[in-house]
Order: sequence, then C-alpha cells, then structure tokens
Amino acid sequence: MFNSAMHLRCSIDLGLVPSFLEPREDRTTAGTVRAFVGATSTTASAPSIIIRIEPSRGWFPLNLAELWEYRELLYFLVWRDVKVRYKQTLLGVAWVAVQPVFTAVLFALLLGRVANLPSEGVPYVVFVFAALLPWQLFATALSRAGTSLVGSANLLTKVYFPRLVVPLAAVLGGLVDFLVSLAVIAALLFRYRLTPSWGIVLLPVFALMALLAALSVGIWLAALNVRYRDVQQAIPFLVQVWMFASPVVYSASVVPAGPLRFVYALNPLTGVIQCFRWALLGTAPPDGLMWVSFVAVAVLLLSGLIFFRRLEDTFADVV
Amino acid sequence: MAMPEPAIRAAGLSKRYRIGAARQRPTTLRDAIPSLLAAPARRLVGMLHGRARAADGPRTIWALEDVSFEVGHGEAVGIIGRNGAGKSTLLKILSRITKPTSGWAEIHGRVGSLLEVGTGFHPELTGRENVYLNGAILGMRRAEIDRRFDEIVAFAEIEKFLDTPVKHYSSGMYVRLAFAVAAHLEPEILIVDEVLAVGDAAFQKKCLGKMGEAGKQGRTVIFVSHNLSAVETLCPRAILLDAGRIVGSGESREVVASYLSAGVESGINPLLNCERSGNGKLRITEFSMEDPAGQELRFARSGEPVVVKLKFENNGCAATDRISCSFSVHTDRGAAVFHYYSHFSGVYFTGLPKTGYFKSLLADLPLAPGNYVVMCRVVMNGDQTTGEEVDFPTAQLPISVVGGDFYGTGNRQLSQWGPVLIKGQWTIARA
Repeated sequence: MFNSAMHLRCSIDLGLVPSFLEPREDRTTAGTVRAFVGATSTTASAPSIIIRIEPSRGWFPLNLAELWEYRELLYFLVWRDVKVRYKQTLLGVAWVAVQPVFTAVLFALLLGRVANLPSEGVPYVVFVFAALLPWQLFATALSRAGTSLVGSANLLTKVYFPRLVVPLAAVLGGLVDFLVSLAVIAALLFRYRLTPSWGIVLLPVFALMALLAALSVGIWLAALNVRYRDVQQAIPFLVQVWMFASPVVYSASVVPAGPLRFVYALNPLTGVIQCFRWALLGTAPPDGLMWVSFVAVAVLLLSGLIFFRRLEDTFADVV
Repeated sequence: MAMPEPAIRAAGLSKRYRIGAARQRPTTLRDAIPSLLAAPARRLVGMLHGRARAADGPRTIWALEDVSFEVGHGEAVGIIGRNGAGKSTLLKILSRITKPTSGWAEIHGRVGSLLEVGTGFHPELTGRENVYLNGAILGMRRAEIDRRFDEIVAFAEIEKFLDTPVKHYSSGMYVRLAFAVAAHLEPEILIVDEVLAVGDAAFQKKCLGKMGEAGKQGRTVIFVSHNLSAVETLCPRAILLDAGRIVGSGESREVVASYLSAGVESGINPLLNCERSGNGKLRITEFSMEDPAGQELRFARSGEPVVVKLKFENNGCAATDRISCSFSVHTDRGAAVFHYYSHFSGVYFTGLPKTGYFKSLLADLPLAPGNYVVMCRVVMNGDQTTGEEVDFPTAQLPISVVGGDFYGTGNRQLSQWGPVLIKGQWTIARA
C-alpha cells in the first residue's frame, strides 16, 4: 500500500508529528451546556457556546461584554505597536522623550522668544510642554486610530474579533510615550521650581479625556477611511489645524469671552489642555466652559460608537 | 430519543456583493461627493444601514445564494467547487468575518478559523513574540499559549531562532512557526481554508495529518480545498458549491466525481478568447480528452490510457510545412511537470486538412492524482526552439487526475507526494 495515510504513519514513526496530535479528553462545562441546548441534548461533548450568525439589522447596542472577552487581543495589539515602534532604532524608547522636548524647545525659541507670546507667568518652555503632553497623546492616538482599520486589513479579512479592538489598541499605544513624557515634565518642574496644584491627582482623568477625545474622532475617521481613503490623506492636515485651534502654543485666555469662546470650548482639547496646565503648573483653573469640552467628547464618542458599530459588519467586505 | 443539536446549522445563507466595489478598489470621496450633495441625509442613513448605493440590480452579484446545511458534532465536511463558487464567502460567514445578506446560521461551540497561516505575524518581532501575538489573534488565551509554548516551538523546529526577528527566517521556518501556532488551537469547531496549500510537500503532509487527527479527536471540521483527494481522505461528507448554490451534497467520493464531471461542461472554452502569440497559420481551438474507445473523458486516471485531443483550424499552412504540436502539463501551482512535442516521438505533420484534431495517446498516464493545468503550443519547420512559432495560446486548461490502477496491483489509492508517478522493478540482491 502506498497511499497518503501510510505516509502519515511513517512520519509519526519518525517522530515528526509530536504527541499533541494524540487525542485528549474533552473539556466541557456541562452545566452551561444544558442551559443553552436544553433537554434534547444527549451528547457528552456538547459545546458551551452558541454563536448566531445573522444579517445585521436594527440599532444593536455596543457589545461591551464581548469587547472584554477580547481584552487579551487588545493587550497584544498594543504591545505589538509599542514593541515594533522602537525596534531597530538607535535611541529606542529615548525617542519618546526626545520628540516632545525638541518640539517644546523649538516652540519656546520661536514663539516664546521671537513672537513673545504670553505664558501665564510660567516659563514658556514649561508652559508649552504641559500642553504638548495631552496634545501629543491626542494627536498620535488620533492619527493612528484613523488609519488603524485600513492598516489591519489583513486581520479584518481573516479573523473575527470585535473591530473596535483595532482603533482602541491604536489609541492606547500612545500611553507609553505619555508616561515617559510625564517623567520629563517632572524634571522640568523640578528645574524651574514650580509646584503643581492639587489638580494633579486628577491628571489620569484628564489624560483619559484626551484619549477618549482621540478615540471618538479616531473611530469616525477609521470607519470612514475603510470606505474613503481620502480620510488618511486628510488626517495630517486635520491634526495640524487642530493643534492651532487648541491652546497648545498660546494661552486659552487669549480667546475673548462670548459666543466665540463657547465655540472654542467645543474643541475637547481646549478643556483638556487647560486642565493639564492647571494641574501641573498651578495656572488659573479652567472655567465652566471646560464642561462644554467634556460634553463635546461625550457626544462625539457616542455618535462615533454608533457609527462604527453600524459599519463594522461591512469592513471586511470593503477594506 | 431526540437527535442531538448539530454543530453547525445554516439556513438560507445568502451574500450579495457589489461588483467592483469589494476590495482592491477603495472608493474616493470625489466619487461620492455628487450623491453626497444630492442627498446627504439619505446617503448617511444608507451607510449606517451598511447598504450599498443601489439596493439590487445589475451591479450586484450573489456570491452565495440560499445555502442551507447541517453539520453534526465531530463530523468532517469538505466544501468543494470552482474558484468563485462561494466557498470562501461561506467560510467567511461561518467565521463571522462578514455578515450574510440574508439567512442565518447557528454554531454550537468554540470556533477556530484558519483562513490563512500566520495572520498578524509581524516581521520585526521575534519568533517568541509572534507566537504570542498570533496565538492571541487566533483566539488563544495567554495562559493557554504559555502552557503550550514549548510544544509549539518544538513542532516548528525553530528553538535556536526563537529570539530572532522572523524577518530573518527562511520562508520554510516562517511557515512552520505559523502553522505550529495554528495547530495548537483547540476549538470545538475548526474551519480551514486553502491554508494547506502553502509550504513544501512534507509540510503539507504534516498539515493534512493534523487535520485528520482533529477529526478523529471528535472535532467538527469544515475543510475547503482544491485538493480533491485530500477532501476525499479527510472528509466522509462533502458539499459541492457552484455559483453560490449547493449543487451537490453527500458522500465525498460521489460529490467529487460529480464535480469532476461537471467541470468540463460548464466552463467556457478558454482557447477561443485568450492572448496568443505565433504566426497564426494554424490555431488550436479546443482541448479535450478521451479514452482509446473514443469516449470523452471529464478527468483522467493515473496509469490508465488517455488520448489528448487538440482541435485545430488550419488558416494557411502550406502542405509542405512540417508541423510539430505539443502540450505541456503544469501543477496547479504553476510548476512545469513535462512538455511533449510530437517531434520528440519523431512525428512532424504535413498536409494538414482545414480542420482536424491532433491526437496523442498516452498509454500509461504518469501523473499523480491532483489538479493540473495544460497548455499547448505549435511550431513549424523545426524543433521547439529553432522552429517558427505557429500558435501559442496563453490559455491554461485545467484537468483533474484521479487515482487509477497505475501499478497494476489493483490499488487505486495513489500517493500524491509529487506530481509524477514512476514504476520499476524492485529486487533484492546479496551484497
């Protein structure tokens, strides 16, 4: 006999196929099984989960439970992003600190010295750095999230998982950079002998706001980018314009009170950056318009999630 | 006694695609702007409903239409069909990568789908890192990967290179590692696409072995392949898809046979409208096979006689032109197996009629069971290099070879290890 089955047996004899191929006992959770399958089930190895596949219809809610199920995938995707980013770079993670420091120094020279922008009584370089912290967290998270789905096209078309994991991972990947930048600003504060306000305990909340703002816009862009690649071309411009629409290099107080200021506060970053400066540098606490920023984030996020959820099922077909 | 629930139950599964809209052609906003201006609200609502621009009509295609079936627990079912028959769409729906347009399916158990080996592998990451990443992507828990890590590495045989970025791996090592991770997935239901078509023959053997074991362990397996013999071996039952519909279902051997016999009829003749080179004084217009008795064959059998027929149209060969006709056989992955010109056997044709057939009787087909591609070429007044090219169509004509009594032992289950079969005389002699 000279057939394929025989070949297989040969290779087992040679030890090419390891022991895992041998049958092992089935692990089942009989309790849950019966609940689903009902009394009709007589199989000992009945499975514990039932997956229902149907056309998408209706405004189904966010499946947060499922997202939680896939937290390990989220973790590994973030971990991959962080690892890959600094692989084969000479300075490695040092780049994380180098980038904002150089940006801050550049701004300090150009805008602080030359243009002489006011900085609420703190050295301009620290003033800018305190804003760059949330800004860079936001900007990198936004640009990465915006292109994340298209960048993961190979995953989308080959594996099932809640698609929200992809932009979420892109957003969270920036956190490592943020933590390093925090260490840098701690050094700056020490150097200029500045004392943070009590608001510093709220810093994680403010950082979360920046991330949520990035996520909310990011998922809009990511979902649109799947269909219209124009989006990824537009993202760099969007980020650039957005920076100047946010009080990064100037103080939010330069915007006069009135309706204009209300519109200005619709930018979530306005509130977030004000909060950061207040928390870290002890400058004037953010005014009530901060809440406008936060409501704007909430609205964007909710609409983004709904939009994303609605388009999610078509990603694999369109991307 | 009631019947146990099936592992997979599908009812009326259908999937509609927009022609040209699916993949590789990202729409641009510019295309969308006119309609956006015309009815922004309607368009947005349409997008939200995941709806294509026009609901139906000539620009849509049904990749899958009204597909219903059941697969019992521990059953292994093969899905066969030509390219574009809807196999991959079906797998994508069952793997939840895409949603059906209508119909539903219910899956009872944890699903592992293997539509590709090495999904998510990152070239910059080391072997170790990729095992974790890929495992997570395939749906393994971290603890599970920890537990099986050593087995995975041993299976892949890459211990020494565990901490080397996979971009430095040979393609063989890469594929071994990728498959090793996938092989340690332990779902109750395994959905496998053509992934076994990667790697060398030994590796494929390993994959097939793994598939067979999965079935024996009581797992439910859905297996898509062009390798019909593999389907026959691994899956007792098969489903035949054509143009998105189930056209056959039942015992694998029968379904495979009906697929093979349907193959020739339904295809359009690729020889009639393909790119071709040559002086055109004669054209090959048809390719077919028959048995020595003149009965047309849908597929050939290893070791059995087959007549290759090439129909020609003579458009101006002089009676004195010495014509050599040839055909070549390639594996379905493009590797040449052999070519055969009539002049190899000392035959040049002269004085050809207006139309006719070149016939070549192969007494003892030396091809292993599998799928092959035939191409043909005609030259005149010389051999394959010195002669003037008359007709060389680019058409690739698919043929299937199934097991036959090649060795004359009565055993029709032949090795598929390599495309060519040989036979000789085995003896033993004292040293």
